[in-house]
Amino acid sequence: MPEISLTHYVVLSALLFSIGLFGVLTKRNAVAVLICIELMLNAVNINLVAFSKYITPADFIGQIFSIFVITVAAAEVGVGLAIIIAIYRNRLSVNLDDFDWLKW
Amino acid sequence: MLVEFAMQHAWLVPLLPACAFVVIVFLTRPWQKLSAIVAVGSMAMSCVIATLAAYGIFTNHEYIEKPLVYATRWFSLGLPGMPDLLVEVGVQLDPVSAMMMFMVSFIATFIYLYSIGYMEGEEGFSVFFSYLSLFGASMLLLVISSNLLQMFIAWELVGLCSYLLIGFYTHKVSAREAAKKAFVTCRIADFGLLLGLLSLQIIFGTLNLVELSDKIAHFEEYTTFGMITLIAVLVFIGPIGKSGQFPLHVWLPDAMEGPTPVSALIHAATMVVAGVYLVARTMFLFHEVPSAMQLVAVTGGFTAFFAATIAITQREIKRILAYSTVSQIGYMMLALGVGSLSAGLFHMWTHAFFKALMFLGAGSVLHALHHKADVWEMGGLVKKMPITAWTFVVGGLAIAGIPPFAGFWSKDEILVAALGGGHYVLFALAAFTAFLTAFYMWRMIFLAFFGEENPENHPHESPWVMTLPLVVLAAGAISVGWLGTPWHNIWGEWIRFGHPHHGPINYGAMIGSIVLAAAGIYLAYTLYLKDAKKKRARRMAEWFGPVYRMLYNKYYIDELYLWFNHALVDGTARLFYLFDIYVVDGIVNGIGAFARFSGDGLRVFQSGRLQNYVLVFFLGVLAVAVLMAFSGPSATSLLLGGVK
Amino acid sequence: MESSIYSVVAFYGLALTILGAATLVVFVRNIVHSVLFLAVTFVAMAGLFLLLDADFIAAVQVLVYAGAVCIMVVFGIMLIQRADMKATNLFNKQLLAGGGLVALVVALCAVLAGRTAWTELVTAQEVPANTVQFIGTLLLSKYVIPFEVAALLLLVALVGAIVIARDEEVKANARD
Repeated sequence: MPEISLTHYVVLSALLFSIGLFGVLTKRNAVAVLICIELMLNAVNINLVAFSKYITPADFIGQIFSIFVITVAAAEVGVGLAIIIAIYRNRLSVNLDDFDWLKW
Repeated sequence: MLVEFAMQHAWLVPLLPACAFVVIVFLTRPWQKLSAIVAVGSMAMSCVIATLAAYGIFTNHEYIEKPLVYATRWFSLGLPGMPDLLVEVGVQLDPVSAMMMFMVSFIATFIYLYSIGYMEGEEGFSVFFSYLSLFGASMLLLVISSNLLQMFIAWELVGLCSYLLIGFYTHKVSAREAAKKAFVTCRIADFGLLLGLLSLQIIFGTLNLVELSDKIAHFEEYTTFGMITLIAVLVFIGPIGKSGQFPLHVWLPDAMEGPTPVSALIHAATMVVAGVYLVARTMFLFHEVPSAMQLVAVTGGFTAFFAATIAITQREIKRILAYSTVSQIGYMMLALGVGSLSAGLFHMWTHAFFKALMFLGAGSVLHALHHKADVWEMGGLVKKMPITAWTFVVGGLAIAGIPPFAGFWSKDEILVAALGGGHYVLFALAAFTAFLTAFYMWRMIFLAFFGEENPENHPHESPWVMTLPLVVLAAGAISVGWLGTPWHNIWGEWIRFGHPHHGPINYGAMIGSIVLAAAGIYLAYTLYLKDAKKKRARRMAEWFGPVYRMLYNKYYIDELYLWFNHALVDGTARLFYLFDIYVVDGIVNGIGAFARFSGDGLRVFQSGRLQNYVLVFFLGVLAVAVLMAFSGPSATSLLLGGVK
Repeated sequence: MESSIYSVVAFYGLALTILGAATLVVFVRNIVHSVLFLAVTFVAMAGLFLLLDADFIAAVQVLVYAGAVCIMVVFGIMLIQRADMKATNLFNKQLLAGGGLVALVVALCAVLAGRTAWTELVTAQEVPANTVQFIGTLLLSKYVIPFEVAALLLLVALVGAIVIARDEEVKANARD
């Protein structure tokens, strides 16, 4: 019987991370980019919890770390959305292709 | 008592005019008369102290044998090549400096006085007196210096004052140019002097005159003969510039652009003879090197002759006097070069009186004629300006060498010294120059003061402040030579290098020089006074057309220098300019262009778009991850900067 | 290690759900649909956490991600997307470059996962049954400082979000 091992979780996590990265790189909508970052962070969480279970089950380091990741992700979504709203108010657009402000 | 005080406080002599300079510049400048009084008063006090000190020196035989030196440490340094450089400031009183100190302060006092009249109503009257005071202070500092560095500083200071005073009429372009020329020419010469002084300091470890003379007496212990010759020649370059010797004489005639009292004081009586004084002070150096002595003598003799020939054809009164000054300083150098310090300084002493007198007389004439300088446009001035004219005649007799006037005795000393040293060519040159001197001087006197009056001129005698110095200096021009008559040569007892020597009295040379001088005066008389139309003079100029033009144009030396300047200096500059444009700028612009083009290429990556940056960022992350995954631990630690 | 057919089936089911929903999040053309699939992904992930014996994390996942974050994003979309919702979630010009990079990342992960000796790392220990108790104790003892910092971070983010998102006119009025 095939057993679910750590490798399965790592591969799942890598795939999810890649999907998220792909979205970050290719979506035009700023909100979509934000969503895809959430996907990447979740992929990290899978890794952390899986390592916690399989490698250090009694220490809960991975789980506690993933709690902090979730906290930071929540804060990031909040601030990110606020920034997007501020940009939208000034430019009436959230299309990242319209913005090339990162150069002087 | 007073004499003792003066000798102990000789440093007051340069200090008082220096104080006057400061006072005039910072306090009394708005009040012209007060400034003049401060300047004249301080110089008169200096003169009193200098006279007392000189009296002390000359009456006490001890000081003639051993100089009186006061010196104090200024600073000391350790420099590479000069491990213990000790710089002193000090006063050295011996017959030479005492004589010079007296002469400078005495003549300066009267010229300051004269300036009150001459400069009346001029713009910058107070400034003029402040410069004069600064000059007096610098010159006296030069005279009493106990070491060569201090002397060099004063030497440069008098050069600065000369620059300021030549260019005093700043609104005149020619004055500004002349000031620049004087300064630059002297700087060129001073560079040689500076090199010489540095060599002395490096080799002998001191610039103190007394110590140097002790050490140079047996220089073999320190250096080679070649080196000492080089040093002597380098030191002599300074005097060549400062004293207007050939080939650096070109600045001195142009320096006549300055006010006439300046010409009299700086460019006749004192500063230009500083070169002679320097050679006299460093006689112990030249004495060791016969070839350097030869150089001094030949330079002096040639300059004397050369300048006299130019003076024959010049038309401006002050220019004639300027070339005469160059010529007379040549005499002094000749005397030093043939080894007679007494004769050289004796001529300097008498020359200071009669040349200052003649310059002041010329100034009086220019003042009366409103600066019309051409002697051919003067004439008959003796009727309207008797004091000026007759004192000028006294000066003319003195410089021509008619006994018993001062110039005769000193010139005779020089001729005898040249003859006694076996320098027959130089003797002949000097004798012929004496004839030329008498001729051109009296040509000027006959043209300017005698003959028919020019109806366009309305001359008038100058005020007493101007005529009093003339009279005093005329008295000096008559009498100061009596100190050194061949029968009773007090001068030679006092001022000498080594032991005083008494040759047999050379009546032949004496009579010969009188005859030559009389011949020169007579020739001038026949050409310029008896022949009222000056026909013969003109005809002679036509006969000797090329020679006349060459002399009138001063042997084209200025043109030569200009050509040299254009060809060599400007040519080199153009070469460097091209180098700068194409090579230096090329490199600089090339670097700039490289940065611009590479920037043009790289700006594609700077899109300013967020996701573009994320892409590049992840590419970087990927590259680092790949490196870390597939290379050894050492590369990893390098990547992470040692983080484990 | 104890494992049953149910857990295997559950893992594959959840994994497929996660990957499928995540792919749809990226590929659907309507942003609101994207957020819906995101919520699906989050819920499925909570299931995955249960499989991994992390029941507290699973609860937090549902509460924070599936609940708060999704709702917040929807509100954000509501504030900025006023017109038609069709074709609001398109790709940009660097689709191919992004795809290439992602392929490289996947390849690298695959290689690294293959090279790593996972079995040596794994221990036979079991996760304790009651995780909340341990997490709670650890958070307020050993990890109390990060915990407090995280609290502060949340406060700062809250205030910052309000300041940034506030209307300029409202700000100006407030100043007067």
